[in-house]
Amino acid sequence: MISIDDIKNKIKSGATVRSIIEDALAKIEAAKEFNAVISTLRDRALQRADEIDQRLKNNEDVGILAGIPFIAKDNFLAFGAKTTAASNMLKNFEAPYQATAIEKLEAAGAILVAKSNLDAFAHGGSTENSDFGATKNPHNPKCVPGGSSGGSAAAVALGLVPFALGTDTGGSIRQPASFCGVVGIKPTYGAVSRYGVIAMASSTDTIGPLASCVEDAALVFDVIAGRDERDSTTLKKPESFYPIIADRPKKIGIIKEYLNGGVQPEVAKSVMTQAEKLKAAGYAVEEVSLPSVSLGLAVYYIVVPAEISSNFQRYDGIKFGHSAEERGDLQELYGQSRDQGFNAENKRRILIGTYVLSSGYIDAYYRKAQTVRTKLINEFTDAFKKYDALIGPVAPTTAFRLGENVNDPLQMYLADIMTVSASLAGLPAFSVPAGKDQANMPIGLQIIGAQQSDAQLFSLAKQIEELNRG
Amino acid sequence: MTQISKDDVKYVAALAKIAITDDEAEKFTKDLSEILGYVEQLDSVNTDGLQPTYQVNGLINITRDDQIIDYKTSREKLLANAPKTNGEFVEVPKVL
Repeated sequence: MISIDDIKNKIKSGATVRSIIEDALAKIEAAKEFNAVISTLRDRALQRADEIDQRLKNNEDVGILAGIPFIAKDNFLAFGAKTTAASNMLKNFEAPYQATAIEKLEAAGAILVAKSNLDAFAHGGSTENSDFGATKNPHNPKCVPGGSSGGSAAAVALGLVPFALGTDTGGSIRQPASFCGVVGIKPTYGAVSRYGVIAMASSTDTIGPLASCVEDAALVFDVIAGRDERDSTTLKKPESFYPIIADRPKKIGIIKEYLNGGVQPEVAKSVMTQAEKLKAAGYAVEEVSLPSVSLGLAVYYIVVPAEISSNFQRYDGIKFGHSAEERGDLQELYGQSRDQGFNAENKRRILIGTYVLSSGYIDAYYRKAQTVRTKLINEFTDAFKKYDALIGPVAPTTAFRLGENVNDPLQMYLADIMTVSASLAGLPAFSVPAGKDQANMPIGLQIIGAQQSDAQLFSLAKQIEELNRG
Repeated sequence: MTQISKDDVKYVAALAKIAITDDEAEKFTKDLSEILGYVEQLDSVNTDGLQPTYQVNGLINITRDDQIIDYKTSREKLLANAPKTNGEFVEVPKVL
């Protein structure tokens, strides 16, 4: 993997930004077999590199990320390549405007070089639902990289770029970060503007970086976070997210429910090892019970499909996106365009969502789920009165084999069981590398904080990173 | 356990405006029954006295001045993505 500092040092010792970008593009080409990337933005990236080289020559201030190449998940709208969401529905879609997160990074001097693979429309946990083929795990190409930000996680693990942007609705940054051995940041709901990012479930969609180390993730997060007039759910940014270990949270709870049966023993053991290391470093660590987190997945698979079914009405075959050849009447055009453009998992979620919102079922399913969500949030609120942060596994297992879960949607959903609760409660939750299993596949530790405690979580993440360096 | 019939699936697909095939309906009948069976565990959860939560970060009624914002895009760019256009219009099949 490469860090932001690696690239900064190269530039400092005389490398041109153009050579940095050419190098990144060459690495992307050489790593094609992993299918982490859907498209590259060669012309646009090289043009920006030349501009930055010129400005560096003139001794202008180019920004904190000057010349740093990055990759964005292909559900971020950007100029220079199509924005597909890895779906046939959008395979020819040219973004008419750009995501705020990308504009902010570019204003800080970073250069978007490519768009990464994902489960189509971010529906999935393995990147196998991509209409452009599955991504392979850099640690073992027979395994999945996780998902839905699997392409972004694999790109960072392969060292193509120092950081990549992802989206996390129920675990889509944390779980691939865990499977690929990189740092993954799912921030507080509303911390980063979602303007220009293809919506999935609006009450839990978040944006965050995946990076090779905590400090880089914090640096990037510092650039992209903050209030945006064009996303009314955004929060005001605190002064800085830079990790300062002295400000770390000191009392930590291990979520007991996440260590019950069904967890791969090595994953459970890794959590306990991390807890011991934290204790030795002076933290108070003890088990805490949050009974409702066990219900999180059931709540999630009602609420999120419901929001998907609503958000996905925009794909009508008329304004943009795939349109059926045979146009027929208006109803036929809608029906055929949507049947052809969406894949099985997209349809499954739209159908579940439509069902739980339909007349006669909305109270039993949707309102009930949103009420259990309140119960879950209350338990987290109580826990954070006593603990500064909570820890647990990111996923029940390390990366599973390609094809292992594709014919069993419910089994695939279970991979999200430890990540969805923080999403439903809008809490910041990070995945930090915490060792490997016997097959040498990475294991991530999940750390969860109260809303808007992202800065303290970065400090804890940095501490964990240092303890694991030994 | 929730029994979803193939007709239920076809009805929901019609509401969602997805013209699924008969084979798809068959497959989704099984998938939806399984998934809805799993989420049914919420039925037995006591939620007396609790209200549903729809927005989680406490922001309410965020407003802005009613003025034109420059979104740095153009009519041409927006129309370019429409599958069928006619001059400055998006073309749709005849409705009436």
